[in-house]
Amino acid sequence: MVYFIVKRMIQSVFVMLAVAFLAFSLFRFVGDPITQMTGVETSVADQERLREELGLNDPFVSQFIRFTGDMLQGDFGYSYRTRQPVADMITERVPATLELGVVALIISLLVGVPAGVYTALKPRGIWTQTILMTTLVGVSIPTFVIGIMLIFLFGVQLGWLPTFGRGGTVQIGNWESSLFTISGWRALLLPAITLGVYQLTLTMRLVRAEMMEVMRSDYIRFAMARGVPMRQLHYKHALVNTMVPVITIIGLQFGGVIAFSIVTESVFQWPGMGLLFLESIRFVDIPVMGVYLVVIAFFFVLVNLVVDLLYVAIDPRLRLRDVE
Amino acid sequence: MIAFLKKYEGLWLFLHSPSTIVAAMVATLIILGAIFAPGIALVNPYNLASFSLFDGLLPPVWEDGANPKYLLGTDDQGRDMISAILYGARLSLVIGLSALTIASVIGVGLGLAAGYYGGRFDAFVMRIADVQLALPAILTALLIDGIARGILPAAIQQDLRVAVLTLAIALSLWVNFARTARATTFVQMNKEYVQAAIMMGQRPSRVMFVHILPNILGPLLVIMTVDLASAILLEATLSFLGIGLPADSPSLGTLIRIGMQFLLSGEWWILWIPTLFLIALVVSINILGDFLRDIFNPRLR
Amino acid sequence: MLTIKDLTVKFPSRFGDFSAIKGVDMTIKPGEIHGLVGESGAGKSTVGAAVIGLLQAPGYVTKGILTLGDTDLRKLTPAQAHEVRGDRISMIFQDPQTSLNPLMTIEDQLVETIQAHSDASKTVARRRAVDLLEDIGIQNASQRIKAYPHQFSGGMRQRVVIALAICTDPEVIIADEPTTALDVAVQSQVLDLIQQLAKERQIAFMLITHDIGVIAQVADRVTVMRKGRVVETGDTAQVLGAPKHPYTRALMDAVPPLDQKIDRFRVPAVGDTAVMQGDTAERWLLEGQQHCLTGLTLENLTVTFAGPRTSLFRKPSPFVALKDVALNIRPGSIMGLVGESGSGKSTLAKAITGLVTPTCGTMTLGDTALPFGKSRSRYHPSRQLVQMVFQDPYSSLNPRHRIGDILTEPLWFYGFVKDPAKRKSLVASMLSLVGMQPDAITKYPHQFSGGQRQRIAVARALLARPRFLICDEPTSALDVSIQAEILNLLKELQAKFGLTILFISHNLAVVRQMADDTAVLCNGKIEEVNTTEAVYESPQAEYTKSLLAQTPVMPKSWRQWAHD
Repeated sequence: MVYFIVKRMIQSVFVMLAVAFLAFSLFRFVGDPITQMTGVETSVADQERLREELGLNDPFVSQFIRFTGDMLQGDFGYSYRTRQPVADMITERVPATLELGVVALIISLLVGVPAGVYTALKPRGIWTQTILMTTLVGVSIPTFVIGIMLIFLFGVQLGWLPTFGRGGTVQIGNWESSLFTISGWRALLLPAITLGVYQLTLTMRLVRAEMMEVMRSDYIRFAMARGVPMRQLHYKHALVNTMVPVITIIGLQFGGVIAFSIVTESVFQWPGMGLLFLESIRFVDIPVMGVYLVVIAFFFVLVNLVVDLLYVAIDPRLRLRDVE
Repeated sequence: MIAFLKKYEGLWLFLHSPSTIVAAMVATLIILGAIFAPGIALVNPYNLASFSLFDGLLPPVWEDGANPKYLLGTDDQGRDMISAILYGARLSLVIGLSALTIASVIGVGLGLAAGYYGGRFDAFVMRIADVQLALPAILTALLIDGIARGILPAAIQQDLRVAVLTLAIALSLWVNFARTARATTFVQMNKEYVQAAIMMGQRPSRVMFVHILPNILGPLLVIMTVDLASAILLEATLSFLGIGLPADSPSLGTLIRIGMQFLLSGEWWILWIPTLFLIALVVSINILGDFLRDIFNPRLR
Repeated sequence: MLTIKDLTVKFPSRFGDFSAIKGVDMTIKPGEIHGLVGESGAGKSTVGAAVIGLLQAPGYVTKGILTLGDTDLRKLTPAQAHEVRGDRISMIFQDPQTSLNPLMTIEDQLVETIQAHSDASKTVARRRAVDLLEDIGIQNASQRIKAYPHQFSGGMRQRVVIALAICTDPEVIIADEPTTALDVAVQSQVLDLIQQLAKERQIAFMLITHDIGVIAQVADRVTVMRKGRVVETGDTAQVLGAPKHPYTRALMDAVPPLDQKIDRFRVPAVGDTAVMQGDTAERWLLEGQQHCLTGLTLENLTVTFAGPRTSLFRKPSPFVALKDVALNIRPGSIMGLVGESGSGKSTLAKAITGLVTPTCGTMTLGDTALPFGKSRSRYHPSRQLVQMVFQDPYSSLNPRHRIGDILTEPLWFYGFVKDPAKRKSLVASMLSLVGMQPDAITKYPHQFSGGQRQRIAVARALLARPRFLICDEPTSALDVSIQAEILNLLKELQAKFGLTILFISHNLAVVRQMADDTAVLCNGKIEEVNTTEAVYESPQAEYTKSLLAQTPVMPKSWRQWAHD
């Protein structure tokens, strides 16, 4: 088991390095950092001097090593557009995106899992058909359309909820949170639902498929033959066995949540990392783009690692080897 | 008699599933419309000369102030809505299908090979897939776009828009194909007909493409429909964000972005008509995809 | 006492209602082990499922009487029926691995079952569970009970399954192929256990199986089923020894005896299988250098696989599949290779055909050396001279290719016949030779039954003009009567065309019928190799002796008819 954990960690490190390499290549090959930073007025001689100072004439590998080293220490370079340290720009925006993402994920799980279980256990009910049709449509509507529709309904027509911004925020140390004010929650609600809908439909379909598969298995049949009460059968046996593979997928889903947050943040003008990234694309602000890449990959890899460890903790087949 | 019915079971299921029939009809209509857009559309939205601002902001036929020539109204530039969505669908479909083709060729090829050869090659492909997966679809698409913007000179950027978009979407989709192809290939490798072929001394390419591939097409077909929907949605999203197709050669996503400006001002049709059209297209594709999935997995029926 | 009268179960479908079983009568007294035997599609499992109320949807009981003691099972509400399950009727399935919830400990699963049917507290239930496991023969029960299913071996797992079934003191246990997935030794223990339980606890057993030997060993009475109907029923000795119904007689004719070798199985002439004649194919196979009999010699053959990596620091321990195997297969003879699952028989076949690379040793085909897997060129003549018939008829033919394409493949691949028209006629002739209709050429594999597919597989092997044929469990997936036909076919073909055959099987009786010489393989080592007569009549190795002793067979004294 230790071997398994170590193997996974090595894989994660590999992925991070590869992404760092991609980000670094971005830096080096897309556009010229010097011209971006200094503009047209600087003389060529000065540009050369700057180049030498920043070490841009060094061999590729040593630059890459320096790049990674800097990253590990938290130095992410400077934005071409705002001249600010990228690290600051990003950390300023992280809380907004993370809070949005986590709330959206929670919404999708709270609704998706029970819906999946229900539709699996009652495959022919009228509610099941309705839920399935709704989720089908839900999967087909792009996130931004959902956002627009919600804004239109609740923001414009009914005027109940704000349509942009974060509402009131509270500063906790470095973290600026909007979870502690009513206005913060009101502002969070629509974006979180928008972000969560797509994930919700995916979760529901997954849980449903897995559960139906599990209900067909031999050990469920044997438990029925032994007269184990139906309730216990459904929850203690079937659901528990269903959740195990579902957990791994949740990990993958988290990546989707972060990614789609770009769209949601755009629609609702939510001041998170996604919006920052969009702007950086528009202005071809390479440092921000590259760092965003690395940060996203990091979150993704981290979540997946945690999920894998969770998997090992839950499934005894991975933990214990044969006693005989 | 029973044997005959069993042979056409797929057809029977199709005819008895009303939602699938409707979906197929809708999808076919839209696709035909998209293909024949130049022939049937009133106006070519790309040809700046064919419409004028004076015709702008006309509502659909059933409201006051409409011009019966433009059944669903016009947008702010004076383009006929019907033409706009037909051409828009055309673009969306072209990009979606091309991206899908590229992604499936790369993905299935790599997946098949990884499943067949196993060992180091397989590990290598899986690592690359891992890295690709760590960067979600939108991210990859945006990145490619950003890179293209940075590398290519401004002059040809516009012309290559479609190509860049297609490439970006394809790169975010190939992993799905690769993983499924790999998993199903592993299963087939254990089957005896594959072992018989290898034993005979057949070339690996023959074993992979003549023997294994026909047997893994089922699940791949399902993924193709799902991913087609994803590709179209992805393109729409990118256009909506302003990174995709621009306003003068609009796809459905661009049209929605344009329409959003009029959300509060009352010209609702500029937003909602393209939106409904997009949703209809994607829903039908998804229904067809579900149908295919059910056919290939008889146990779920 | 369980009474079944006129039981009929229907499965409605789009294409009309299908009667899985019709008019089935059966009674089982307490303490009686009642065998329910039949070939695939007979409906045996359906009877069991109907009794316990677990019919696969959409099947339902259309008519009949089902009573257990005073209770009419058909009149119970779903809730009451669920009460009865486990409490009075229990069921165990074939595969112990999938029958247990992998995420729950044995203790939890036992306690849960006990508590579902009694008021016992957790402590009392736990105590009962431990006692039960010890009764069943699991040592150190109080510790082992805390383990998970995957930590037990196959035989132990089936014991746990049986423990789960009896922990509520049921009156009836339906056992659906309980020993089919087990090794011979383990099977023997489990059958003993079943007999013990029937006697001591007076539990009525419905033992569903396709294995006649098992029935002969433990069943008191037996019912024979065919295509959903009961064909014959009565005391085991009478039904198996002096069957009254022609179907039962044909069935018993097809069972290979362990104690003697018969020339040919007596099979009923069924209209489907055409008389085997394919003159073109015969002539083609006999021409050229075809009369060169080829033998195979193996020396010091060792095959090692790298084990899975489970620890960071230790190198993975290698798994030795075959160790120092030496075998000499005489040209033109049939060598039987007997072994249980995991003994290495399939690995041996793969080593010979080049799918697996041995670590050391030599292989000689005829008088030329056989290069090892990795170094064997794709054009090496052995690829044509050595052919294989596989075990699973459902996966040995490519489901997406037509039979015609599958069969012409060896012809053009090895360059035997260039003209497509000639290929087609040769293939048609070959199909007749193996007893199939030539119109099979345009059809797909799924349109044929298991036995027919095996015939096609044999045809494919022959179309490569082999000299050496490996048959890897060719009939293990087939019904007994079909098995008899295929074995007859193989014998005929071997005699006609002078093939040398390596016949691999775990079924001792089948090997006795086919092989001239027999080798016994256990854990990668050859325990014994000699003429078949010698191995079966006077075995030398301990392993062979115990294998022969534990294989369930029908006592000779019952047989009142004789094979001729």
